[in-house]
This record gives sequence, structure tokens and C-alpha cells, in this order.
Amino acid sequence: MATYLLRRLGLAIITLLLLSVLIFFAGQVLPGDPARAILGPFASQSAVASLDHQLGVDRPLLTQYWSWISGAVHGNLGISYQYRSPVAPLLGAALVNSAKLAAFALVVIIPLGVIGGVVAALNVGRPADRLISLTGLSAATVPEFVTGIVVIVIFADGLKILPPSAAAGPGASFATQLRYLILPVVPLVFEFFGYIARITRASTIEALESDYTRTAVLKGLKRRVVIGRHVLRNSLLPTITVIATQTGYLIGGLVVVETLFNYPGVGRLLYNAATEKDFPMLEAGVLLIGAVYMTATLLADLLSTWLNPRLRTELSR
Amino acid sequence: MTDLAARPAEVSGRDARHAALPAWRLLLRRPAFIVGAVILIFWIVCAIFGTAIAPHDPTQPQLLATNQPLSAAHWFGTDQLGRDVFSRVIVGSRAILIVAPLATVLGTVLGTALGLALGYLGGVLDALVGRLVEALLALPAVIIIFLFIVAVGATSLTEIVVIGFIFTPLIARTVRSAVQVESQLDYLPAARLLGDGRARVMFAEILPNVMPTVLVEFTVRLGYAIFTVATLAFLGFGVDPSTPNWGSDIYANYGVIGAGYWWETLFPALAIASLVVAINLVADSIERVLAG
Repeated sequence: MATYLLRRLGLAIITLLLLSVLIFFAGQVLPGDPARAILGPFASQSAVASLDHQLGVDRPLLTQYWSWISGAVHGNLGISYQYRSPVAPLLGAALVNSAKLAAFALVVIIPLGVIGGVVAALNVGRPADRLISLTGLSAATVPEFVTGIVVIVIFADGLKILPPSAAAGPGASFATQLRYLILPVVPLVFEFFGYIARITRASTIEALESDYTRTAVLKGLKRRVVIGRHVLRNSLLPTITVIATQTGYLIGGLVVVETLFNYPGVGRLLYNAATEKDFPMLEAGVLLIGAVYMTATLLADLLSTWLNPRLRTELSR
Repeated sequence: MTDLAARPAEVSGRDARHAALPAWRLLLRRPAFIVGAVILIFWIVCAIFGTAIAPHDPTQPQLLATNQPLSAAHWFGTDQLGRDVFSRVIVGSRAILIVAPLATVLGTVLGTALGLALGYLGGVLDALVGRLVEALLALPAVIIIFLFIVAVGATSLTEIVVIGFIFTPLIARTVRSAVQVESQLDYLPAARLLGDGRARVMFAEILPNVMPTVLVEFTVRLGYAIFTVATLAFLGFGVDPSTPNWGSDIYANYGVIGAGYWWETLFPALAIASLVVAINLVADSIERVLAG
């Protein structure tokens, strides 16, 4: 078990390092001079050169990468060009906001997706199954901003029952915050419902066709008991992994939703950083999203190993 | 979504060859396919003949008739500059239907070649690319594409190249697993015994047998390319602000939804939704028919 854990962790760290190289060099493709971007077109060349030196962007690429990545390990993500203050606290505050939005979305998505998948599996090939599968798949391919626009037009502009922006303002009560988050959650639900339903459906069908389910049925157990005790316990395992994978994507998908609903999370921060060419912020933000994804998948792996007795014993051997 | 979309379709080459003859007829029997194909053809016709179909000039501002609601003259109303929204929706299909398919073709061609090489030759390169794909998958493709587009600037060409390149390893992964299935089969040693070289085995023997997988990958990726191009345009990375473009039109007008001018964003949004759903219906039907 310990070796498995270490191996899994090692792989995650290697992947994250690769990702950091990718992000860093993608950032270097950008034409233009960071100091020039900060000081504007009328600054003297010597001022630009001295700020470049101060920012460290006149050093060799490898040196820059090394100081960036070793700083990142120590929690120092650099200074934002745009806000002229350290990136880490800004990103931290935004991450908390994004986490709230993501948590609310997951609380809605997971039960809906699991129930949808199980219902589809119990009705394989029938209209209910086709309906759930096709709706889920179609909803997932419609971009978040399209769904967002539609719900804004209907619920905020037409019926005027919900606010069109997600920012409840400082000091808002929990209930008010929730109310402001209802509309932004809808596009996320559309986006991710289909995947969770699809995986749940596939693994539930597999469990329904298994020998142990047949044994349970032939033993004379009630259908409810068979499904609850034998089918679901097995079929929900793969779903956990998928949910974790999707959690990573969820944080990433927030760029669009947070921009549309003007919500102060990581997504909007990244979007602003990108349009303002604030590279320290952009690179740190993308790396953070990668790290969140890695952590989520790692946790899912551990959780499904822990929940699955077969894997557990195999690994402890 | 990438993760699941990239799952290899469980199609083996032999089954597909048997199904090859009635495949079209099987497709035509599926209502989902018919609906998707009709919508798709509608938008393709709009993309080609859009300027002839549109009742008004989509780029002509009418400063005395801005933000007009729906009427007989302007079915979908007019936008902030008084341009006819209906005409812009019709002509706007062109922008997306040029960039997205070209990007998907690029990604599919490169990805298939890479997948064939990885699956058949294996080795260090295979392991390396596997890691790279892992790293790429740690981010939603939209974020990576967004990052690169910010860096190199948005033009039709950069969008095609960036989206195509990001799709390449994802498609390669799917093709690779299909190739590995084929590699277990007897016809490959037979071809080698006949003296076929590696390139010939890859392209003349394996490729035709993994074509069903490639086709499914292509249609699924096409839907995702449209998603990406539309999203980039919505985020303000529209290619050319003067030509009508659904995503850019939404970006330009969503600020005035609050003022009650909902038609300026809703109709382009519905157009995007109908196009991606149509492609999705077609892709799903093809996948099901090929899977038998």
C-alpha cells in the first residue's frame, strides 16, 4: 500500500512538473516586453530595461524557470504585473470563492447524475434510457456561456426572480450567497450531469449483468435490496473516480461561468490576467488549476482503493 | 469532457467491414441522426450561401433603428448598432464552420499518424507522449488553448493550428489503443512475412482497420472544436470583429441583457446550441452504428 501510494504521488509530481514546463514556455511565446507593458509606450528605454532587470525577465530562460518553480514550491508565486502585489494571496482568496461555487455545483450535480445514470441503467434500451443519455451528452457539448445566457434571459431578465450576477457583495448572509449562486450553477450542472450519468449507467449495467447479482436475484432477495446492497455498492466505485476527474475540469470550466456572471473566483482572475497579459498571475493560476486536478484525482484513487476490498487486499499483499 | 470523449470506441476493424455496406442505411433509420443531419446541413447551407439568404446586410449599421425588438422587418430584432440580428445569425455560421472543421482535420490527421506510430512502434516515445498527454489532461483543453491563443494572438490560422495541435495527442491516444488491439491480430505477422515494411504495415494494413475509430474521434472532436471556437469568441478572442460571429456577437451584446435587449444574445446562443447538439446527434449515431 505504501509503495503504491508513493508511486502514485511520484507520478502526480512528475506530471505536475511537466505541466509547469509546458505553462512556463507557453508564457514565453508571448511577444512583447513585460516592463514595456507595465510602464506604457512613453517610458524611456532605460526605465524599461531597469524594470525588466528588476522583474528578472532579462535572465536566461532556464534560470527564470528555476526561480519561478522553486518559488512556487515555497508558496511564492511572484508579483502580479496588473495588481503590483504578490500573486499568492489574490489567488488564494479567489480559490476560496471558486471552491464555494464548485461545491454548490457538485452538491447538485452528483445526486442528479447518479440518479440519472441508475434510472437509465435500469431501463436500458428503453426511451427513458435514450432520453437521459442523449440529453446528458447534448447538454455537455453546449458551451457554458450559451446555457448561462439562456438562464439569464429567462430567470433574471424575463421572470426577474434571480439576480443576473453572482457576486452577492461583502457580508452577505449564507442564504443570500446561495441565491446569487443558483444561476451560475445551472451551466455547470448541464456541463457535467451527462458524464456522471454516463459512467454510473455503464457501471450499473455491468453490475446488473454480473454473477453476484444473478445469485442475489435467484436467492430470492427483493429487487430493492439487490439494487441497493449489491448493484449500487459496486457500480458507484468508478463514479467516484469520474467525479474527481470532473472536479478538476469544473474548476477550469469556471473561467467562462465566472466571467459571464461576474463572480470573483479563479476563473475570472485568470481571464483578467490573460487579457491584461499579467503573466505571473496567469501562469500561477493555470498551475494551480493543474494542482487542484491532480489532488482531486489522487484523492479519488485513494478513496476508490480504500472502498474496494479487492484492490485493498491486493495492494497490502 | 476530454477525458471521456477520448475513450476509444469499442469498434474492431473486422466488424466494421461487415457493417460497411448497410452502414448508411442503418444511419438513416435513426431519427437522432436525421434530426442532427438536417440541422447540420441547414447551417452548412447558411455558411455557404449566407449573404444571399440573409434579408439584410448583416454588417450595415442603422443608427436610427438600434436595439429594435422582434418585428416583421427584423425577425430577431436589431443589435446595438442597428444591424439585423437574423441576418447576423445566418451569416455568422460561416466563421465557426470554417475554423472548427479545419482544426479538427488537422488534429485528426496528425493524431492518427502519431497514434499509429505510438501503438505500433511503442517504446520510449510511447511512454513520453503518454506522460505529456497526462499533463495536458490535467487542464481542461479550453484553458490550454486559451493560454496559447493569448500568447500568439487570435487569427483564424492560429486558432486552427492551436486547436489542431492540442487535439493531436488526445486523438493519438485513442488511435493508439485501437492500434494496439489490431496488433494482436493474425494479419499483421502475415503481412510482415510477406515482406511488408513498417510504414506499409502501419498505413496499408492497420490504418484501414482503425478508420471507424478515427471517424468517431473526428465527429466527437468536431463538436468540441465548435465548443472551443465559440467559447474563445465569447471570451473576446473573436477573429475579426467586423464579420458576424455568434460567440463575438454574444460577447458584444451580453452587457445589455439587463436593459431588456435579450434578443441580441439569445438568438446567437440558440444557434450555437443547435449546431453543437446537431453534431453531437450525428456523432452519437455514427458511433452506435459502427459499434453494431
